[in-house]
Amino acid sequence: MAPSRPSPRVLGLRCRECGAEYELRPGHVCEACFGPLDVAYDYAAVGRVVSRERIAAGPPSMWRYRDLLPLDDDAPVVSLGEGMTPLVHAHRLGRELGLRNLYLKNDSMNPTNSFKDRVVSVAVSWARWRGFEVVGCASTGNLANATAAYAAQAGLACYVVLPAGTEEEKLVATSVFEPNLVVVRGTYDDVNRLCAMVADELPWAFCNVNLRPIYAEGSKTLTYETAEQLGWRLPDEIVVPIGAGCQFVRHHRAALELLELGLVEDGSVPRLIGAQALGCAPVYRAFLAGTDRVQPVRPDTIARSIAIGNPSDGTYVVRLARETGGLVEAVDEAEIVDAIRLLARTEGIFTETAGGVTIGVLAKLARAGRWQGDEVVVAYITGHGLKTAEVVADGARRVEIEPSLSAFRQMLAV
Amino acid sequence: MPTFLIPGPLRSLSAGAAAVAVEAADLRSAIDALDARYPGFKGRLLDEEGEPRQFVNLFLNDEDVRLGRGLDSPLAPGDEIAIVPAVAGG
Repeated sequence: MAPSRPSPRVLGLRCRECGAEYELRPGHVCEACFGPLDVAYDYAAVGRVVSRERIAAGPPSMWRYRDLLPLDDDAPVVSLGEGMTPLVHAHRLGRELGLRNLYLKNDSMNPTNSFKDRVVSVAVSWARWRGFEVVGCASTGNLANATAAYAAQAGLACYVVLPAGTEEEKLVATSVFEPNLVVVRGTYDDVNRLCAMVADELPWAFCNVNLRPIYAEGSKTLTYETAEQLGWRLPDEIVVPIGAGCQFVRHHRAALELLELGLVEDGSVPRLIGAQALGCAPVYRAFLAGTDRVQPVRPDTIARSIAIGNPSDGTYVVRLARETGGLVEAVDEAEIVDAIRLLARTEGIFTETAGGVTIGVLAKLARAGRWQGDEVVVAYITGHGLKTAEVVADGARRVEIEPSLSAFRQMLAV
Repeated sequence: MPTFLIPGPLRSLSAGAAAVAVEAADLRSAIDALDARYPGFKGRLLDEEGEPRQFVNLFLNDEDVRLGRGLDSPLAPGDEIAIVPAVAGG
């Protein structure tokens, strides 16, 4: 294990429920109450170093926010250039939905084409520096893509565990990095349970199990960048797809941090909107029922990357959606595919099914009259369409012609 | 006998044991039996109303008991009950 100099800005891990404190180490649940652990920062210490100028002078990646991430100061970063993805002012989609200030944070532009590169870059950097030899994850696909790629770059052994039925595109895009790819006969929830049990037995760094508090911090950079790209201000509303709810919670934290540190002009935490697929909508159902107790479901949806029947942060999503004045909404399978096509047709962005859920919910809310038209709304596009291409394959329309000018003219005349 | 699989954070209660077999006909009485042998488990697994705590998942032979009969689930010899912290994944 390398001699390490923990960041003086990181206090350790703190239980979100009972406040118990732990040093920064592998472990994701409070030993006292089983509640989730979060990284705790000394914001006075962060405030002494961080500034807009220092961020702007940093690398053109999410690591320009290193002062707000839990990696040791002397640790080298395992990076493929993640983050600083485009924030697109969506004029054409906005016109269709009656939103003049609609923005898309296109995180499908990350190195392995999903937002998971952010969280994995943090987790694998931390694991390598702390001497782990094996990294792994429980994944619906995107996380496996990212973990396998970053493990390859870090030179670490890698085990990725996925449910049967994962899209072939994601399996191919993972196996090319030559991890140990394990497919479990069951759902993601089965995979998750298995990995939680394996993490108890083996000295491995599971990105989203025993490294989860550290890993999750990477999600915050999506919201930091959004604020920076909007000219250092927070949007009025953010639309985020909900699987486990892990990133939703971190976006709330990121907004609070930006306000606390004075990095954004005065304002308030954005209203947070969670998007689910009706075929796996336990968080939406809890929100509708007015409870924060999320009842697990058996997932059945094409939005496999967010098909999590027992979402670990579901309760917090419900609470934060309410607390910020947001909500949780859901769309059906046809609406998901329609939304993928709508985004492609109007903005030239091809997103996967989870992005279809996000845009589907955005469109549904817009058509129901949620917005006046001037609100600044940002939708997070978290994964690329080629990862779930089969859901739009039937629309691959084409005409076939002979290689002659007359044939071309004839085609135009039809 | 049905057997509990104990997660790392709770093994301090079971004197380090990763698996504990108990004599019981249903899940509720199995938790009582576990608590009788290693006091403290019941309070960690169940809330004041006697229902599984928010952050505790109980799996009977790989099936989340909340998708089935919950604490009333009948047990057979050889059944495995895995106690798994809820917060993982995503």
